[in-house]
Amino acid sequence: MKGVRLIVTLGGLFVLWQAIVWLSGAPPYLLPGPVDTLRVLFGRAGFIAGHAGVTLAEILIGLGLGTVLGIASAVAIALFRPARRWLLPILVTSQAIPVFAIAPLLVLWLGYGMASKVGMATLIIYFPVASSFLDGLRRTDPRWIDLAQTMTGGPKRRPLAVLRYVRMPAALPALASGLRVAAAVAPIGAVVGEWVGSGAGLGYLMLQANARVQIDLMFAALITLAALAVALYFTVDFVLRKAIPWQPDTLPQTNP
Amino acid sequence: MNDMTAAGFTGTRTDVVIDRLSLAFDGVALFDRFSAVFPSGQTTCLLGPSGIGKSTLLRAMAGLVAPDAGRVQGGDGAPLAGRIAYMDQSDLLLPWLSARENVLLGARLRGETPDVAAADRLLARVGLEGHADKRPAALSGGMRQRAALARTLMEDRPVVLMDEPFSAVDALTRFRLQALACEVLAGRTVVLVTHDPQEALRLGHRLFVLTGSPAQLDESPVPRGSPPRAPTGGDFPARYEDLMTRLAVGDAGVPA
Repeated sequence: MKGVRLIVTLGGLFVLWQAIVWLSGAPPYLLPGPVDTLRVLFGRAGFIAGHAGVTLAEILIGLGLGTVLGIASAVAIALFRPARRWLLPILVTSQAIPVFAIAPLLVLWLGYGMASKVGMATLIIYFPVASSFLDGLRRTDPRWIDLAQTMTGGPKRRPLAVLRYVRMPAALPALASGLRVAAAVAPIGAVVGEWVGSGAGLGYLMLQANARVQIDLMFAALITLAALAVALYFTVDFVLRKAIPWQPDTLPQTNP
Repeated sequence: MNDMTAAGFTGTRTDVVIDRLSLAFDGVALFDRFSAVFPSGQTTCLLGPSGIGKSTLLRAMAGLVAPDAGRVQGGDGAPLAGRIAYMDQSDLLLPWLSARENVLLGARLRGETPDVAAADRLLARVGLEGHADKRPAALSGGMRQRAALARTLMEDRPVVLMDEPFSAVDALTRFRLQALACEVLAGRTVVLVTHDPQEALRLGHRLFVLTGSPAQLDESPVPRGSPPRAPTGGDFPARYEDLMTRLAVGDAGVPA
């Protein structure tokens, strides 16, 4: 059923696209039709896939780094009061600076290669992961904490064990929603980095194709990027659902 | 069978001594130099109107709220920390753990080697044989409360503090759980906060109604025989009358 819906939606979008091309009478170098685009997409599949691979690698490494850094910051802030005072403002500030504005700087510092794009993706992923996990860690049901304290023999006893066995698992659904946001925005970071300066990747390809008025190639790259982003989001969502089966929205509807 | 699952508690018993405890909540003095002794190996039931401070007193005994003055200690004069197991009206089972892992939570938090066989024996003892691998969401309300009882027993503490432990289940389940609790908690010092006069009369070796502000203890006689008592016949109805009268007096001036 889900597959049918997907095919119908995609087919509808392609028909709409073709209709706009016909009705507007736009020349192919401004708005290529779906057939031209698909021809380029499959005709130069290997070439596009190579660039897509670069972008995907940037996204995945950024996702990994941003997630690790975000989780580490959230745990540090939740555990240590001084960390809250020092790190929380940095966390918020990191979000106040638009990633677009510092992209040229990152390229200047980290070079035209993959590092600057990974840096961009990491920056953009870091905040949703850190803030959502921190939120989850701070919202642990206080009655669970009370229970844990009667078990450990008093307040503030064995805080690391309480963190590991109670607070962190309890915060996983919150972390998961942060990761979903991160998966959705990660491609932005990578592509913006590629636009500013790079030698490979879908963002680079789109920029080059645009400059050479190969709009059909640009559309093919765009479609590939969209497919990549959607696939990434649903993969992350699927993995999270499998990993956190006690989440309220994944629980069976009826209790036996 | 290990000693934990045999009838009665075999460890070192202790009284619970409340010594000139003063405790205010939101500017209202709930307790002012309040003293009481809850005798070892017996079940003491505390009743009284909502807001009188029953749960607060229980939390103070559990070391979860710090009193403004006075202290709670064992009959030997040592603190009760580490000698208490706590059971709440909500089961407080962690939703990501199986029933067995929930029972083992205390051992994990203390960094002890979890005794899986003992956990399974206790689960069987409370009637959850074959359900050890299920998560709380797959258990009924009564089964969850049984698992919480097994977790309480697994802690194997001389003092068990219970805050309306059976108020969230249906009448028949509650009746069965009361008999089970009475049997498995024998030999421990149990302080049971309840709203249910019949539960108090069934399970208590002693009954107290908390009245006034700051609160005082008003002892109400228990029916003849040892718990769990049948809720009909004998002097049960007469003691029920006594208790209801005391509760009505304690409730005077409080709008229904």
